[in-house]
Amino acid sequence: MEGADLAGKILSTWLTLVLGLILLPSAFGVSLGISEVYMKILVKTLEWATLRIEKGAEKESVLKNSASVGIIQRDESPMEKGLSGLRGRDFELSDVFYFSKKGLEAIVEDEVTQRFSSEELVSWNLLTRTNINFQYISPRLTMVWVLGVIVRYCVLLPLRVTLAFFGISLLVIGTTLVGQLPDGRLKNWLSELVHLTCCRICVRSLSGTIHYHNKQYRPQKGGICVANHTSPIDVLILTTDGCYAMVGQVHGGLMGVIQRAMVKACPHVWFERSEMKDRHLVTKRLKEHIADKKKLPILIFPEGTCINNTSVMMFKKGSFEIGGTIHPVAIKYNPQFGDAFWNSSKYNMVSYLLRMMTSWAIVCDVWYMPPMTKEEGEDAVQFANRVKSAIAVQGGLTELPWDGGLKRAKVKDTFKEEQQKNYSKMIVGNGSLNLDSD
Amino acid sequence: MGSRSSHAALIPDVENIRRETGFSQASLLRLYHRFRALDRSKKGYLSRADLQQIGALAVNPLGDRIIDSFFPDGSQRVDFSGFVRVLAHFRPIDDDTGVRDPKQPEPLNSRTNKLRFAFQLYDLDQDGKISRHEMLQVLRLMVGVQVTEEQLESITDRTVQEADEDGDGAVSFLEFTKSLEKMDIEQKMSIRILK
Repeated sequence: MEGADLAGKILSTWLTLVLGLILLPSAFGVSLGISEVYMKILVKTLEWATLRIEKGAEKESVLKNSASVGIIQRDESPMEKGLSGLRGRDFELSDVFYFSKKGLEAIVEDEVTQRFSSEELVSWNLLTRTNINFQYISPRLTMVWVLGVIVRYCVLLPLRVTLAFFGISLLVIGTTLVGQLPDGRLKNWLSELVHLTCCRICVRSLSGTIHYHNKQYRPQKGGICVANHTSPIDVLILTTDGCYAMVGQVHGGLMGVIQRAMVKACPHVWFERSEMKDRHLVTKRLKEHIADKKKLPILIFPEGTCINNTSVMMFKKGSFEIGGTIHPVAIKYNPQFGDAFWNSSKYNMVSYLLRMMTSWAIVCDVWYMPPMTKEEGEDAVQFANRVKSAIAVQGGLTELPWDGGLKRAKVKDTFKEEQQKNYSKMIVGNGSLNLDSD
Repeated sequence: MGSRSSHAALIPDVENIRRETGFSQASLLRLYHRFRALDRSKKGYLSRADLQQIGALAVNPLGDRIIDSFFPDGSQRVDFSGFVRVLAHFRPIDDDTGVRDPKQPEPLNSRTNKLRFAFQLYDLDQDGKISRHEMLQVLRLMVGVQVTEEQLESITDRTVQEADEDGDGAVSFLEFTKSLEKMDIEQKMSIRILK
């Protein structure tokens, strides 16, 4: 009996603390400064750890990983230069060298595959999962690491799970309640309040520290917000600062419950899986949504899949054909505190969330950018590329022309045809073709 | 500590591979991580599909031929040593042209072996000769549908004629080597792995 009593007391103190220190301030958008203190301690600890590793490294000459430099020396000269041989520009037996070298280079290292695995860190951040090259250095470092494990798994994890639980239940209950009200300004105001509060709670459940830049460009009603995609948490991060209408497939399970509840309070655009295939239907519904200026801005991730936050891949043109104003947003995570990338082929949603909740923190920067519209004479693809470049530049990410769908599907033949066209132009189009064989 | 140790002891049979390919320990480790990254379903070997998923390789006109070179003798799997053996052909030629033990087999990245790699890209049936038909097929791969059959045939005829010395209408490996003797193979067929 005593045991149960004690457990009950601990639980209730725990809950009161959580309520008082975290839930209530979130409701009012106020911060008590606890997370700032935590972050300061964390930064100091990581700096100390880095210094220790570097000192140790000098003694052992451990290979330093420069995270973004390639592993092979690339010759980026165009096809013409790479193929030029001794004679003119006819076909030669040696032309095959160029293609085979390019092919082998791609096998050793290609731009796309490396974007679907987590970014390598330059210095270790005391998380086992990011330990690639760092070996045993000193007992003190190991102690700090053990301490870190204890803190993360025994202190932070239960706290975060509690918060997440509260956040989600509050969201579902809140939106269902608000959904009962008749449409009107009160309903909109309340639904915004519920959304914002629950999102703030959920962000705190991940120990998220988010810096918003250029708030004056925050997406307005009737517009479309596009951002680069790294993980499902992107949604959480953006909705903490404003309400959006989301677009996506109807899911089952917990996600489905959340989706159905949310749509009661404010109009999101959820599609059945079969409807997603019909592009016209999708475009039509989205057009209807933005035509109504009172509706919230739509949030779309044009890459279509999660990329590891070092680069921005091809933006699918569908979102850019709808018309309306595009508000680009760049999201960049700081990998030092926790890796936010969701490798959906490696982790399912639950293990991903667990990994998130056992990282140090999620730190990211969000840049709102001035709105863009399609210009005269620009087609959807060019517009998409323009927006993509703007986001890449703002976020400090590299730009890749490849389609993120390469993660799952084969590349289209049209790209191969381009290469073939280039080559043919060289050996035939130059007019140096010798038609007589003697 | 760590889920991805940096020890070369992870690589099976590492000493043999080092001797055969001449790659440094560090390069082998890099290539091993790459092998593991390509092997998405963690089978321990690579299949054709794994290589075909590489976008830059799939758009390469000779992509399929290059992939074939990893699967000699009709096999459907390539393990790490097979993988590295093919890549070893592209290792830059060593600077030490000093006395080599004649009993040792020629290093995989020698000039002859590099040429042999290129030769087998053409020689589809592996009979030691590039017939006119095989040359046509490879050319067709490189130009796609952009060039007419007649133009392609005349290019093929010219090339085979120029290289063919014994007049058998096909290009043997020796003739192939001879016609490329002035070519700087080192630069065109080498990939340098950075430290």
